[in-house]
Amino acid sequence: MAAKPKIAFYWCAGCGGCEESIIDMAEELLSVAEQADIVFWPVVLDARYGDLEALPDKEIDAAFINGAIRLDEHVRMVRLLRRKSKCIVAHGTCAHLGGVIGLANWHSPRQLLECAFRQMPSMDDPSGALPGDDPPDDEQEPPLPKLLPAVRSLAQVVPVDAFIPGCPPPPETMAAVITDVIHGRLPASGTVFALRKALCHQCPRVDSKPDAIEITRFKRLYNTSWDPEVCFLPQGLICLGPVTRGGCEARCIRANMPCRGCFGPTERIDDFGAGAMALIASMMAGGDETALDRLVDSIADPAGLMYRYSLATSVLGKGPDR
Amino acid sequence: MNRRICIDPVTRLEGHGRIDIRLDEEGNVDRAFFQVPDFKGFEKFCEGRAAEEMPTLTQKICGVCPTAHHIAGVKALDDLFGVAPPPAARTIRELMHLAFVFEDHLLHLFYLGGPDILVNGSACKAGKNVFGVFEELGAAVGRQAIAIRKKVRQLNALISGSALYPVCGLPGGVAQPVAETARQQIAATANEALAFARRLLPLFHEAVLKNNRFRKMARSHAFALRTYYMGLVDEANRVNFYDGRLRIVTPDGDTFVDFPAAAYLDHLREKAVRGSYMKILYLKALGWHGYLDGPASGMYRVGPLARLNAAAGMATPLAQREYERLFNAVGQKPAHNTLLYHWARLIEVLYAAERMVVLTDRPELSDAHVRNLPTQSPAEGVGVCEAPRGTLIHHYRTDTRAIVKQLNLLVATQNNAAAICLSVEKAARALIKNGAVTDRILNQVEMAYRAYDPCLACATH
Repeated sequence: MAAKPKIAFYWCAGCGGCEESIIDMAEELLSVAEQADIVFWPVVLDARYGDLEALPDKEIDAAFINGAIRLDEHVRMVRLLRRKSKCIVAHGTCAHLGGVIGLANWHSPRQLLECAFRQMPSMDDPSGALPGDDPPDDEQEPPLPKLLPAVRSLAQVVPVDAFIPGCPPPPETMAAVITDVIHGRLPASGTVFALRKALCHQCPRVDSKPDAIEITRFKRLYNTSWDPEVCFLPQGLICLGPVTRGGCEARCIRANMPCRGCFGPTERIDDFGAGAMALIASMMAGGDETALDRLVDSIADPAGLMYRYSLATSVLGKGPDR
Repeated sequence: MNRRICIDPVTRLEGHGRIDIRLDEEGNVDRAFFQVPDFKGFEKFCEGRAAEEMPTLTQKICGVCPTAHHIAGVKALDDLFGVAPPPAARTIRELMHLAFVFEDHLLHLFYLGGPDILVNGSACKAGKNVFGVFEELGAAVGRQAIAIRKKVRQLNALISGSALYPVCGLPGGVAQPVAETARQQIAATANEALAFARRLLPLFHEAVLKNNRFRKMARSHAFALRTYYMGLVDEANRVNFYDGRLRIVTPDGDTFVDFPAAAYLDHLREKAVRGSYMKILYLKALGWHGYLDGPASGMYRVGPLARLNAAAGMATPLAQREYERLFNAVGQKPAHNTLLYHWARLIEVLYAAERMVVLTDRPELSDAHVRNLPTQSPAEGVGVCEAPRGTLIHHYRTDTRAIVKQLNLLVATQNNAAAICLSVEKAARALIKNGAVTDRILNQVEMAYRAYDPCLACATH
């Protein structure tokens, strides 16, 4: 009998949501465990780093890695997994595009640390030591992994064979990709497991989306009521569906909330933020300079909105050391 | 040379951690460190963002406890904009929160910490996991557990937009009502959840509470800390996950302080350490005295056992009966043994299911009016809820355009940070003697933190 295929799951700077997207495969996870050897999966199994290091190179058929690359330790781990694996799959938006974690690239690591560990109103010592500062509190304390100058996506650190977008990815997609691996079908290089086209193609409101939209003021969700049957855009509410890759079945829109772009850009767009800006600019009504200024000002937090999931992989988001 | 033992990474919990144990020349424990190598910087990069995005943005701190962040976030927005949700929205929010608590506690029992107590003590490390649990309890129970978790997560997808990351929360309410047709499906799932919880408790009594190994450990000083306890309580001082006042009791069970979450800065303080990205919370009135328990230390705990210790009881009958059973068995209140978190968690599973049934019976659940629009200019808001792993506080300060200027998050596991470090060191000291270290002993050291169900992505954010 042929040996069972070997699979690994790992997380870098993630939230555990991608792990849930595997556990949410529910009963299918049991059959995966029967048909494959899951050799490494810290959230569920007790294998340690030493067990992974002990494997021969290329022993793992496919390693699914989620989370962004935030710490020097993540770089070491993904290089190790690359060496041990035939195929590396970037699992979820953080591994694919840097994700929400990539929003940190508007700031330096020092700014991030000082804010969390000194400036919060509940901190007891606004000039106290920061994590990682020397000397350690206790001389026997193990060294603390350091923040990289900027957040990176997985493919910015090691070669990646395939990508599963989504924050989180649908469990059905996970199941389909893992089933392929179990049957010896490793994904073709560069595969992105989602639609090539925009989310609008899956949107239940697409029929109410006009060909041309003209907005005179962008509205905010907190003080606006909207029609739950009609496309958000002609209602003055920004929805990033037109520039976002489909594949989620429009789950947020079905819950009456606009798309924020977690599946990343469609195939025709390189930089999600640039695509989002072009979309927004194309909808802006004309007018004099004052009117245009007012219109631009009515977009709340454009930097956070347009780069919510993809700053780390955008032209702007290389980090303060660029 | 002195020996060093590393458990790297720690497993079956959310997030990254390692344990580093230093032995002295006799092979006894000199120090044991619980380090968390994980940091994102949410408090900084949420500055400048639109306040209304906070429930969906901050929940990305944790894909295991997202609903708790969503709820604390949307309650902070209610406070920020001075707007209360209509009854239907209030009920929808509490229902989705309890559905989440129910399925998340089951995640711990079957996948994370539960294998430590459900799988035979001598099983090797390859067997202490969800697959081992299903072997031990039988495939039928395993399939039922998977099925009910899936259904309850589908219930939340129906209400909130996603089984994992809800998107429905808005200041003053939720984005959409519950349709009358969905209501029947929701009620059926709530009743199934209750039926499952009722079957689960006797099973837990049989497999765990009657097990001599567990009984011995649950009485051992190696796993006990005498700390303060904090939890959210209702007007009758009963456990509540959605709303109420924060109550702290002393290690002897007396009320220490009782306060609204908005006053958290008067009672709680955070401390940074050099060796870990996890901030430590302690009681401001008592101060930080290092990793020490006892009445003079500001160390306190949160989460299932702490909630039961801090409250006068449960608001639903079956959970109340089981609550009494726990404290009768322990013979004192508060209960200090960390392994009792496992039992307390299942009492909360029962409570969550009972409460879901109560909420699905409420006539307002399917009312179409689910949102009030804000009228107040925003400045500052605080939101609180009980996450499965303990008290969660979101505090936002904004400009008048509702752009976040400061965002402070006190996240469940942070409250337990000092106690987790001390629990690990105490267990290591008690169990590792004269250099004898086995996988089984190291597993018991890990049981000292796993019982808390720590979430380290939350604890560091």
